[in-house]
Amino acid sequence: MTARRKITLDRRKVVSRILKDRGELLLVTGLGAPTWDAASVEDNPNNFYLWGGMGGAVLTGLGLALAQPKRRVLVITGDGEMLMGVGGLATVAVQKPSNLAICIVDNQRYGETGMQETHTAHGVDLAAMAAGAGFQTTSTVYTSAELNTAIPVLYNEPGPVFVDVKITAEDQPMTLPPRDGPTLKHRFRENLLGSI
Amino acid sequence: MATKKKTDWSKDVFKVLKNADVKQVAYVPDAGHTSLIKMAIADNAIKPVSLTSEQEGVAVLSGAWLGGEAGALLMQSSGVGNVINMLGMANECRFPLLMLVTMRGEWGEFNPWQVPMGQATEAVLEAAGVIVHRVDEPSEIAETVEAAARLAFEGGRMVAVLIGQRVVGFKDWTK
Amino acid sequence: MVVKSTNKYTLQRRKVVHRILEDRGDAAVVTGIGNAVHDVASANDDPKNMYLAGIMGGAAMVAFGVALAQPKRRILVITGDGELLAGIGSLATIGVEQPKNLSIIVIDNQAYGATGNQHTHTGRGVDLVGIAAASGFKKTALITTNAELEAELQHIHNQPGPYFAVVKVMSKTSPRINAPKDGTYVSRRFRAAVTGESA
Repeated sequence: MTARRKITLDRRKVVSRILKDRGELLLVTGLGAPTWDAASVEDNPNNFYLWGGMGGAVLTGLGLALAQPKRRVLVITGDGEMLMGVGGLATVAVQKPSNLAICIVDNQRYGETGMQETHTAHGVDLAAMAAGAGFQTTSTVYTSAELNTAIPVLYNEPGPVFVDVKITAEDQPMTLPPRDGPTLKHRFRENLLGSI
Repeated sequence: MATKKKTDWSKDVFKVLKNADVKQVAYVPDAGHTSLIKMAIADNAIKPVSLTSEQEGVAVLSGAWLGGEAGALLMQSSGVGNVINMLGMANECRFPLLMLVTMRGEWGEFNPWQVPMGQATEAVLEAAGVIVHRVDEPSEIAETVEAAARLAFEGGRMVAVLIGQRVVGFKDWTK
Repeated sequence: MVVKSTNKYTLQRRKVVHRILEDRGDAAVVTGIGNAVHDVASANDDPKNMYLAGIMGGAAMVAFGVALAQPKRRILVITGDGELLAGIGSLATIGVEQPKNLSIIVIDNQAYGATGNQHTHTGRGVDLVGIAAASGFKKTALITTNAELEAELQHIHNQPGPYFAVVKVMSKTSPRINAPKDGTYVSRRFRAAVTGESA
């Protein structure tokens, strides 16, 4: 279990730094705040935003990573969403996709339904869950320095890798990317594959 | 959708649950259930269980009944999609089951991804053997939950009350 | 891929479960589907056994609901690795609540026994004990020998929980026995036995 440490990182700054030099990164974001975070940086056609399907973000990333082994795939999602599909970590670990990275923006809250506490506010340790599932590279980030160390891991370390970034529970402005599923799908695929 | 109305029906529903001797309340948080969840947590005689996914709730309430206690499962319509296979156990064993479902995807819904499951909820629950009561008027919610609780615990069935999105209100996207 | 019948673990599932149940006292037992049902029923078809015969992923949570309703009684879950994995988020739900009277024992043959012995994830690097610890279980154990099993019995049955153990067993299937399959019968018999109520 993680020891109680002070949480000070701001989610928008965290996601902005992670995506700063993203290059050709393919990004899947879980529903709610992680989607707003990514959209607030830029609306990149290599982003696939989930507006539903809670519990499915990591597995969506897995399918994409398996289909595109030469591309780095990053999933950014929240703690509540991760918990709802936490068995997916075992599914991913067994597949050993070397091009898949998972980053949790963990505010220990269900952001879209009233900021109720999730299980990570009560001692559940997602990085340790990932390690138990078989991830060889896992970490929990609390500070700016630790984030600096984690970002190259997200981009370069042979995967699958898992980073749990603890962030404050402040509300941020909702930056809404497109939400029409077919539009997102066509745009993403056309950009990636040259056709739909 | 006046906030006062919303809180009132939650209070009345909570009274109904207490009268039905509900001792376990399982939930994945939903905005529409905020007050009810808070009341369950504040009540010393009720054990609130925060679930990682809604199907855990069907299982825990089955266990509650096996152990002699009544319970209620609070979830959003999207969570109904998560419970279907687990309902087979409650069906086969004839476990009483009371589900309170706040609806999305049907009245002024902003998020298209909520619409498929919102539209399918009633049919999917009925296909799984659940008796469904819909309610769209705040003044009728408490008596509907009371009837559902009796049907569940006395009639020995799986019962879901679908609380319409018209009652719960539009999600406010204009923060 | 199918698990070959010989692997490196030597404990036999039937003997393990029978040994655990020898000391059960008035504990209630919830079993996951498949092999676990036969393991438990073959010891004794005790009315305080709830056999979950059909649906995966619910055993730990059903037991948790019983544990909340019956705080003075020890509740055991005896299940398989595949069944537990199908409801793995339950460990986080239970870990947060810390029920003292609940013990979860996973009989891990690293295979889906009821569907042809295909590999599960535990034979390929997934560590259920690690996941339980990460979920908040403070008392966990990995059991691979009889001596280790004997040492853990007091934690399974008596020490405050919640408790989680994986027992690695040979992947050979043990004989099926005729445990009652009618869920209405088994559940009502269980409820009457643990509550003392007749209906």
